[in-house]
Amino acid sequence: MLTERLNTRNYSLFEKLKSVDYFLILIIMLIGAISVFAIYSTERGEFSFYTKNHLLRLLVFFAMFLVLSFVRITFWYKNAYFFYTVCVSLLFITLFFGLMASGSRRWLDLYFLNLQPSEVMKIAIIVCFARYYHRIQTAEIQNYKFILVPLILLLIPCYLVLQQPDLGTSILIAGTGVIIIWLAGLNIKYFVYSTLLLIVSLPFVVSLLKPYQKSRILTFFNPDRDPLGAGYQIIQSKIAIGSGGFFGKGFLKGTQSYLEFLPEKHTDFIFTLFSEEFGFIGSIILLLLYILLIYRIISIGFYAKSFFSKLFCFGFASAIFLYIFVNISMVLGLLPIVGAPLPIMSYGGSSMLSIMLGLSIVMSCKIYSQDQISNY
Amino acid sequence: MQNRASSVEKSRLITRRVFMLAAAKLVLLGGITSRLYSLQISDREKYELLSDKNRIREWKTPPQRGFIVDHFNNILADNDRVFQVHLDLDQIKNFNEVIFKLKNILELSNNELKKIYREKERLKPWDTLVASDNLNWTQFSKLNLYLHDLEGVKPVVSSSRFYPYKNSLVHIVGYVGAASQKDIERKDVIKENLVPGLKVGKSGIEYAKETQLIGRYGIKRYEVNSSGKRISQIDYIKETQGEKIKLTVDLEVQQLAQELLKGKAGSISAMDIYTGEIIAMASSPTYDPNKFTHGIGHKDWGEIRDDPLKPLVNKSIAGLYSPGSTFKPLVALAALEFGTIDPGRPILCKGHKHPYELYGVKYHCWKKQGHGYMRLRNAIKQSCDIYFYEMARLLGVDRLAIIAKRYGLGSNILKDLYFDEKKGVVPNTLWKKNAIGKSWYLGETVINGIGQGYIQTTPLQLCLMTAQIANGGYKIKPHIIQDESINYENARLKIANQFVNETADFSKDEKFLIDRDYKLYERLYRDPKNIKFIKDAMFGSTNEQYGTSYKSRYDDLKYQFAGKTGTSQVKRITEEERKLDLDQSQIEYKNRDHALYIAFAPYKNPRYSISVLVEHGGSGSSGAAPLASKLIKKIIDRHPLRDQIEKGKTSLA
Repeated sequence: MLTERLNTRNYSLFEKLKSVDYFLILIIMLIGAISVFAIYSTERGEFSFYTKNHLLRLLVFFAMFLVLSFVRITFWYKNAYFFYTVCVSLLFITLFFGLMASGSRRWLDLYFLNLQPSEVMKIAIIVCFARYYHRIQTAEIQNYKFILVPLILLLIPCYLVLQQPDLGTSILIAGTGVIIIWLAGLNIKYFVYSTLLLIVSLPFVVSLLKPYQKSRILTFFNPDRDPLGAGYQIIQSKIAIGSGGFFGKGFLKGTQSYLEFLPEKHTDFIFTLFSEEFGFIGSIILLLLYILLIYRIISIGFYAKSFFSKLFCFGFASAIFLYIFVNISMVLGLLPIVGAPLPIMSYGGSSMLSIMLGLSIVMSCKIYSQDQISNY
Repeated sequence: MQNRASSVEKSRLITRRVFMLAAAKLVLLGGITSRLYSLQISDREKYELLSDKNRIREWKTPPQRGFIVDHFNNILADNDRVFQVHLDLDQIKNFNEVIFKLKNILELSNNELKKIYREKERLKPWDTLVASDNLNWTQFSKLNLYLHDLEGVKPVVSSSRFYPYKNSLVHIVGYVGAASQKDIERKDVIKENLVPGLKVGKSGIEYAKETQLIGRYGIKRYEVNSSGKRISQIDYIKETQGEKIKLTVDLEVQQLAQELLKGKAGSISAMDIYTGEIIAMASSPTYDPNKFTHGIGHKDWGEIRDDPLKPLVNKSIAGLYSPGSTFKPLVALAALEFGTIDPGRPILCKGHKHPYELYGVKYHCWKKQGHGYMRLRNAIKQSCDIYFYEMARLLGVDRLAIIAKRYGLGSNILKDLYFDEKKGVVPNTLWKKNAIGKSWYLGETVINGIGQGYIQTTPLQLCLMTAQIANGGYKIKPHIIQDESINYENARLKIANQFVNETADFSKDEKFLIDRDYKLYERLYRDPKNIKFIKDAMFGSTNEQYGTSYKSRYDDLKYQFAGKTGTSQVKRITEEERKLDLDQSQIEYKNRDHALYIAFAPYKNPRYSISVLVEHGGSGSSGAAPLASKLIKKIIDRHPLRDQIEKGKTSLA
């Protein structure tokens, strides 16, 4: 009964190349270049392990991004659920066969890469929801049946990631999902109700948290509680950023990271290092680049014909914003420390992979913006 | 159609929501930006400071102690090169292993090891531990040989206090030792300069002039990483040396004085009678201050502490003695000034068979056969006790006390320089009432007249008293640290400009008595004739036959001096003992009399006063006067040199 008629046509290569968003590519390249310098600085200006790896991944995944950009958007539409299912399965496998590192199982050994399925899940959930809401009428969205299904779709990966345990990624996936549900048109009142419910159930949630997570949250409210232990990261990060001043200490001159006061400087605290060396002005420029990136993605969404494309672009833009916001707020001491990498900047293959994958789908939306995807 | 309418509505809804979301994002970005602004611009200085605090660690280097020199710029307290082993705790991975190796190389004793471990407990993990601060050359070269095997061990050539003249000046200069908790609390300057192994003054000038001597620590700034490992030296502010302290002491005179007292317990003090400069202030027995610098051993300390002759006491200022007959010139002066005696009045001294009697108590003269009829000058010259009993009775103790205090007895004459200086006692009726709670007896006045009884003086006070008689009766300020504002010409000028006609006020002016700076060079006498009389009598005592120190005289006018002997009883002489009439050598050491002598020289145009005290040294004429005689010759021989320095300000050293 349910037949999908895809309203498609063929594009010439020239048409495709013409409709590529070169501005978006430029921004990605700029941020990518900055990230290489930042990682280079974490190694005190030595072109060694981290820098080499980061540069390699950047190049490989950038190439992948360019190639996948020409994959037809309908491909993603068709395989959305499959993609989702694969990711959930990988998460499931990770729980049992994942690599153990610093107390959590997050990685799958794929020989050429240690894949973090939770990172890919971040994209899969957007694709899945875009597909799901693509078919639903506005009037039906408020229907309980159509609320329950996405909630379940969201809770499964969140729960699996939480089990690793990886609170940060779990929150980011949940956040992304909630934003998309809202974007799709669910009445605001449900969000108000669930927020209230969350506040009421907060004591219960807190009791479920691991001791280190609790300590992180307590430390967030008062970093001086344990300046050499849990509060150390926040305090040192703030010192690094604050001491950078307006112009920064200069490239390769960030004493906080150079002298190893800064923890996790390759990954979660890469912004701290950047901000220490390039100061307020550098941070603002980086933020502007990210804003441009998000702006570009949103405007691609606007011009896309299909609801699937729109929702994916808007969802992905919001997700990127969320990652950036959580990461930067975290290193600025505005949010508790939860593992959340900064898109493109942070060292980490899976994070890079998922961002590039998402960007390639966005580019596909641009190239095939005229593709209509039938509701039925 | 419916689908299409629905689709348009859906697009509209999502567009609206995207705009709302974008607005929310901008607000959140604004939040981030303002946070960045507050961290990097508003609070920048605070975080810069914190960042520097993170990365820069300072190590203090010990300050260089200032020199202490004598009047001729001979260095009395020097800084010598010493070899030390420093352990940089932050560089040492296995402390026990390193200590074990060090123990074998340096042959450290168990006691030293214990000290090192105790020290380690006290220090921070990045501090420097001074494992040994005085290695000999063999140990040091051996250490350098094995250095490659000892990470974090640093051989250091440092400087430490060294006293080249060892025993000769320890009571004046003092000594240094490791700063104790008490030292740190006592002086802020010590707290500021505190570094591992800091040495501070423990006594004498070293203690009193700590603030000037200590100097200022240096700072070595290193950049360190988060585990405290030094990455690079950022800068080095060199430590500075403390001020040089110049003493008025003449090293050669001091050394001779110390030499003269060798084997005895006692004190010799010499002073310039116009400037108040202390030329020598010897105390015996003495000890080697160098032993204290690196922590004195148990055995050495025990020897010094338990010596019955008390080497730790600076007898010149902290030893209290009855002045005996050296007090007599002052008693005579008081009687003359108050007019209670006619110097021409003869008093008969009949010897032990007919002693002086007062209310049934007998007071004997020292001379068994008696002196016969004595007038005042002769009584001073021959030191007749009977004469002074009667004179003191007529004078009264209160009037005597006024004069005694004016001439410097009964107060701290070096003020707060030495914490162990004693005031002594100049008794009067009120003093006894307050201190003992009893009324004064006339008999006590009588024995006070020969410098016995309650009266207690330090040898330096006697020296000052002599000086102020010798200079014609003018107040001077004794001092041992060079004072540029005081010089001989100036002093003479001030003395010459006194209004002699004005009657001296003998009222009790507390400030006048205690503060030596107050009314400096003010005349102390009422009638200059009286001072002249006393000086002349003292001349007789030394240079005329029957004088008590006739044997120690110099006939050469250049060295001729005037003095007064004193023999102070340590113990009351019983009737039986008096009958036995024992020689001093037959009496147990601790019961023998103290021998005293005061003098000024040269007699014509005097410049120096001297006081000698030999504990249990027998009579003043045989036990003390010969020492004074020898030292006076030295002082006068050295005078031209001293004078030259004072005038030309040239250094001879």
